[in-house]
Amino acid sequence: MLYIRCPYCEEYRPELEFRHAGEAHIERPSNLAEISADDMEKFLFIRENKRGIIFERWRHIHGCGRYFNCVRDTVTDQIIMTYKSGEPKPSDEEIEKAILALKEEQTS
Amino acid sequence: MSGLYRISGKGRLTPAKTVAFTFDGKSYEGLEGDTLASALLANGVVLTARSFKYHRPRGTMTEGSEEPNSLIGVRRDTARQQPNVRATMQEIYDGFNAVSQNRWPSLAFDIGAVNSILSPLFVAGFYYKTFMWPRVAWEKIYEPNIRAAAGLGLSPTEQDPDHYANKFAYADVVIIGGGPAGISAALTAAKQGVSVIICDENAEFGGALLYETDVQIDGKSGYDWTQDALAQLGAMDNVTILPRTTAFGYYAQNMIGLCERITDHIAVPEADSPRERLWQIRAKKVIIAQGAIERHLVFANNDRPGIMMASAARSYLNKYGVAVGSKIGVYTACDSAYAAAFDLKEAGVDIPIIVDSRSDVDPALLERARELGLNVQTGHSVIDTTGKLRISGIKVAKNGQTANTKYDVDALLISGGWTPSLHLYSQSRAKPSWDGDVKRFLPENPVQDQVSVGACNGTNDLTELLSEAQDAALNAAKSIGVKKLKKVSAPKEVVTSYGHEGDHIGSSHGAGADDQVKAFVDFQHDVVANDIRLAVREGMRSIEHVKRFTTTGMATDQGKTSNLHGLAIAADGLGKEIPQVGLTTFRSPFTPVSFGTIVNHGAGDLFDPVRRTPMHNWAVEQGAVFEDVGQWKRGWYFPQAGEDMHASVNRECKTVRESAGVFDASTLGKIEVVGPDAAKFLDIIYTNAWSTLKVGRCRYGIMTHEDGFIFDDGVVGRLAEDRFHVTTTTGGAANVLNHMEDYLQTEFPELDVWLTSISEQWGVIGVQGPKARDIIAPLVEDIDLSTENMPHMSVREGRICGVPTRLFRMSFTGEMGYEINVPADYAESVLEAVWAEAQKHNACAYGTEAMHVLRAEKGYIIVGQETDGSITPHDAGLSWAVSKKKTDFVGIRGLMRDDLVAEGRKQLVGLKTKDPKVVLEEGAQIVADPNQPIPMKMLGHVTSSYWSENCGHSIALAIVEGGRSKMGETLYVPMIDRTIEVEVVDTVFVDKDGGRLNG
Repeated sequence: MLYIRCPYCEEYRPELEFRHAGEAHIERPSNLAEISADDMEKFLFIRENKRGIIFERWRHIHGCGRYFNCVRDTVTDQIIMTYKSGEPKPSDEEIEKAILALKEEQTS
Repeated sequence: MSGLYRISGKGRLTPAKTVAFTFDGKSYEGLEGDTLASALLANGVVLTARSFKYHRPRGTMTEGSEEPNSLIGVRRDTARQQPNVRATMQEIYDGFNAVSQNRWPSLAFDIGAVNSILSPLFVAGFYYKTFMWPRVAWEKIYEPNIRAAAGLGLSPTEQDPDHYANKFAYADVVIIGGGPAGISAALTAAKQGVSVIICDENAEFGGALLYETDVQIDGKSGYDWTQDALAQLGAMDNVTILPRTTAFGYYAQNMIGLCERITDHIAVPEADSPRERLWQIRAKKVIIAQGAIERHLVFANNDRPGIMMASAARSYLNKYGVAVGSKIGVYTACDSAYAAAFDLKEAGVDIPIIVDSRSDVDPALLERARELGLNVQTGHSVIDTTGKLRISGIKVAKNGQTANTKYDVDALLISGGWTPSLHLYSQSRAKPSWDGDVKRFLPENPVQDQVSVGACNGTNDLTELLSEAQDAALNAAKSIGVKKLKKVSAPKEVVTSYGHEGDHIGSSHGAGADDQVKAFVDFQHDVVANDIRLAVREGMRSIEHVKRFTTTGMATDQGKTSNLHGLAIAADGLGKEIPQVGLTTFRSPFTPVSFGTIVNHGAGDLFDPVRRTPMHNWAVEQGAVFEDVGQWKRGWYFPQAGEDMHASVNRECKTVRESAGVFDASTLGKIEVVGPDAAKFLDIIYTNAWSTLKVGRCRYGIMTHEDGFIFDDGVVGRLAEDRFHVTTTTGGAANVLNHMEDYLQTEFPELDVWLTSISEQWGVIGVQGPKARDIIAPLVEDIDLSTENMPHMSVREGRICGVPTRLFRMSFTGEMGYEINVPADYAESVLEAVWAEAQKHNACAYGTEAMHVLRAEKGYIIVGQETDGSITPHDAGLSWAVSKKKTDFVGIRGLMRDDLVAEGRKQLVGLKTKDPKVVLEEGAQIVADPNQPIPMKMLGHVTSSYWSENCGHSIALAIVEGGRSKMGETLYVPMIDRTIEVEVVDTVFVDKDGGRLNG
């Protein structure tokens, strides 16, 4: 069971309180009705689902009810950081920094 | 005397405290504190089990949870029968009753042992190769017989009467293992003020200190040191000590699963005590002090009863005062076995020979052996054993030679060295690293916030081990945030007489590739060295393949004693180094955990919540038969005296159309959508338009996902410019709210809207039928019910029976009807009043089955029945509900996808059977030509089908390829025994022009 920090509650809570909500940072086009079939395919179906660092959404459904974003490593299942919906996707440097901070915490 | 093999003055059990127990129906006496294994050994019972495949006689080999052989059935009473209990872990009590397993008719004479004679047939991969032909025999002959022969132990046949508890806990430091390393770490951490949980799977803490009687720490025996430390820990508020508690699982982010066994060792447990407790602990830091597991040696016939690990024999002597034999041989590659031999010799047991496969042995050990008058043969090996139900002799040969000397023994102690226990480290997803010098894997690269200390970290020297544990605990406290660390002094003087140096992995002399002998690697799955060699010869290259082909390490002990041997033999066969072949990953659970513990409170009534509507009692009083709809109990039908379901539903359907019916619709999902942008938001969520809906009116709405497929539907009423009362399907309520929140929070956060679940706040009474208005009119205050003021699809707020109501005029039956929403707490009393009025008009109570029939007669869909996640509103004949003016809604682009606008999609139609009495089966397939060759082209399937008493014939809804262009055509529904002819018709069977709605 994962241990997830809700960026709205600013607390770590057990996974039981959350519901997964798919890949993060898939933007719904404001002109959705007009996009091409290719763009629609990307929007609707194409997901990264990769091994390693991924961006995903969670909802604190049995808590504050808010949707938020999360960076997780699918190899170690380690949650690297969580942040509010609408906040920009963290850069590689920011993720690196967060991983280092976690490692430090572990080895200190 | 509690057994002939009990040596007075040895061990820590009290001779006066005897307990009576039975094994295989025979009565024995043991001592309080005995395990079944120690009590049986004390009584000279060495044969405890038959092996899994060959049914070979087996005895206890270990003194811990790694025991591969002594799996027994514990029988407390007829309902409490636990199979596959490790005799080495089960404490006995007065009246304890156990049976052996995997034998028939008896342990001493077991018919299944014929497998051992036939063993050339049962080589590795036997199942994969043997039962290939003829194919038909698999299902009828091979599989049933294999299944009958397979499996260990008997499952209990009665329901488990015990209950099990569950506890969530948070701790700064969790310490797994209560040996010297764990205790030292716990003391150090606890003194820093952090919260500590320490667990050990055994009844007693102390680990090896419980039997290594040569140890002295600061002048105290290892045992006394342990007791002092436990007393200190016990006095601290920040420490939780859990004996008989197995850390069975290590999960993501330092989540540890523990199983605490509470009553299995007690003769008469307290009635309200749980049997076991599942602990789910989130730890800031985990200190693993699991210790090491002694390995056996792989030589011919190394599995006879009486052969056991040297440390186990030492433990039985020093803990329980039991000599495991009277004439005990020793065969070792490790120093620690000498300690067992010396202790036994000093206790007066005959030790005819110590065979050491090493040529170079610590002179101090040899000197001590000479002092005790022991015969030590270095550079020798045991190449075979004799005996039937117990070992009777060993053949000892010089390494590399076959000429041998025979020694009579009734027990043989073996040691191939110590394997650091990496189970939990591996479960935490970390990879072990290979230490070639000592031929072992070590836990050097943790990936979670975790550290291994002591023997599981390869540290065997006690002085080093204690300071390593202290350092780990201090580091843990520091990383948790303790600013000022309190000094903890290391023990000044640690004395140990014997070390743990020396090891051997792989097969021993006399069990090589050319030796046709049974040299067991994995005792629990009966895997011998040659099975592994065969696997390699047959092309298995990775240890993962070898493991699955031979099943080595796949038994319930997960190869705790056997893994390294198997790996070494495979590596040798492949001509590779051990780290290149690799260690398999350990999985949870460390030892088997009962289903009761995993399920704990989630059994019986608590398995799944039951939801009852606020009017449930009314339905009970009306004699309802209930059906489960998700977690809800819903009135299915309301039979009167002498009616079966069919008769009841027919009457209910007829009564609704002739007079009226009363229905509990409270389970409908209800969401209140409020705010200045509420209409704008609903425009996004539904395919229809809502901005145009006038206050006081309702509309049926459809929701699709972005893919364009129907996902939910329901009627929405506009109570005010900025307030909508949304209804959803019963099963979809939570998902719809989740879906709405998602769009509101993440895609349209600028909209000023609030969403509130009101499903349980409002009870809903449906009154449907031509008399509906007459029924409710006397009860409704301040609402004009006339059709002019309150037409079909409108909503009013007012009062009924003095209670506030949101009164909907709407219909899911095709009749004029109302849905009376009242606050849930008043729902039952309002319903009683409505029911009293209804009875004056000969109305009936109707259930979900009649509701289904009535809506099908009108062609109204049920999401999830007519739709299956691949049906668009257009397919379902609901194009009118898809706005053509809106520029955006969820699904707008999805509905334009090429495949969704293509010709020939499956469409919703009605079906009428040519024989009006035949009712189709829901799910039945539909074809155009029943005589075409199989596989036939299937055009679609029946989604709903009922007998319609109102129509006087059966009715059905179906989705059929190009269905709407097939009106009037004849299609066929092939069934197993006949083919049913159907006509494609419109979906509306009753009141096609809808006149009755406006009644």
